[in-house]
Amino acid sequence: MCMKALASVVTAWLLMSTIDVKAQEDLTKMLEENEPKTTDYTTATFKGTRIINGHSVETVKKNHLDFIIHHRFDRLNSGAYNLFGLDYSTIRLGFEYGLTDNITIGFGRSSVQKTFDFLAKAKLLRQSTGTRNIPFSVTAFASSVIETLDKDLTTQDKTSYCTQLLIARKFSERLSLQLNPTFLYRNRVATAAQERALFALGFGGRMKLNKRLSLNAEYYWAFREKDLENALGDPYGNSLAIGVDIETGGHVFQLHFTNSSGMVEKQFIGDTSGSWGKGDIRWGFNVSRTFSFDKRAKGMMK
Amino acid sequence: MKTIVLIFSVSFASLGYLKAQNLYSTSNGETSFFSETPVENIAAVNKFGQAILNTSTNDIVVQMNMKQFDFPNKLMQEHFNENYIESAKYPKAVFKGKINEKIDFTKNGTYDISATGDFNLHGVSKPRTFKGKITIAQGSIGLTTDFEVALTEHNIEVPKVVFMKIAQTIQVKNKYSLAPYVSKK
Repeated sequence: MCMKALASVVTAWLLMSTIDVKAQEDLTKMLEENEPKTTDYTTATFKGTRIINGHSVETVKKNHLDFIIHHRFDRLNSGAYNLFGLDYSTIRLGFEYGLTDNITIGFGRSSVQKTFDFLAKAKLLRQSTGTRNIPFSVTAFASSVIETLDKDLTTQDKTSYCTQLLIARKFSERLSLQLNPTFLYRNRVATAAQERALFALGFGGRMKLNKRLSLNAEYYWAFREKDLENALGDPYGNSLAIGVDIETGGHVFQLHFTNSSGMVEKQFIGDTSGSWGKGDIRWGFNVSRTFSFDKRAKGMMK
Repeated sequence: MKTIVLIFSVSFASLGYLKAQNLYSTSNGETSFFSETPVENIAAVNKFGQAILNTSTNDIVVQMNMKQFDFPNKLMQEHFNENYIESAKYPKAVFKGKINEKIDFTKNGTYDISATGDFNLHGVSKPRTFKGKITIAQGSIGLTTDFEVALTEHNIEVPKVVFMKIAQTIQVKNKYSLAPYVSKK
């Protein structure tokens, strides 16, 4: 009798707790029905504002400043005497600021050709799901570049322009791919055989290996005449870069191999003469650090 | 005897369930958290917390989208979603439980309460009892509760390479104001 009573109490208790769960599930359903419909924007298509040499669709967030250091060493095939390129290096220092979440302006200075560059980026479309369903992101990019190495040239002759449409889709948490139609215009070209205008199509992508590490690759196919040579007699080539992104809290480190020495569009798309096949490969890295100037962040820094 | 107990319990329980018309809810509750680190503090707020309370049964459900946490530092926000909370995989934090105390929801006043139930964060459920306060004023129910979340309990990994040390427990504050439930279906 006692056992039976106990059993029935247990049964009743079990039933009651099932009803509790059921009740809470019904409540959850009611909450979900009332959930305001929102647009879920895709974030972190790429870890940084660069895939490797070229820009990604990412912009710097509002009131944030991104300080980026690019470094490229000399060619691996320059031999043991030059420590496989490590004896010489080129550098670009860049500052990029987010005017809004969608508009970035910036400037930089490269040691290659003693170059100053000014850039602007604007997000035109953002990949999203929910109330607004857009399958990819589009960012417009424009830059003007002034190469000041040759003092005898006029400012106009030193200047080049680049515009790009950056079109990217984050296919999954791991895979993002980007397509970059590019138009480059040089006021002055290195040799008479060259056209001032140059069209190119860039391809880039990243594959996340784990939460903090991704494998990146980038290729710019420049539509120039065949066998075009630069002033030194080296044939121009397309820029190819392969590397990894490592993210460590506040910094993004990008380590890579590339056949380009320039770190701005005009140079790595327009002036690359190194060939992967011959071993004209340079080791390089980008380090970026972002600072928030959001008012709410004030007082949070110690 | 057994049958009587059973029928009694079931009907009592279902009575409460069926009579559950006394629903209060919100979809703009505020949940914030704070963590101190040697370099800089980490703080974020979610102003779109959803809660629903059945005043006849004391059942309560609170949930929020992790992506809606707003950080002053957007890089932290990205890391929060991408590396720690993995909001694409585990989009929501949910508490499903019951308020333990018997409260007369018709009487205005502030009462100390506790709620026991299941707290799911980062895909890991833990039985928890949260202590807080309930404030009943004309037609609305205010709920506040502060509690701590231990990162390891929810398998939230803090990698060793991170320069910035992150505290192992995070202080969470909640402020929800519930109004009579109206279905928007």
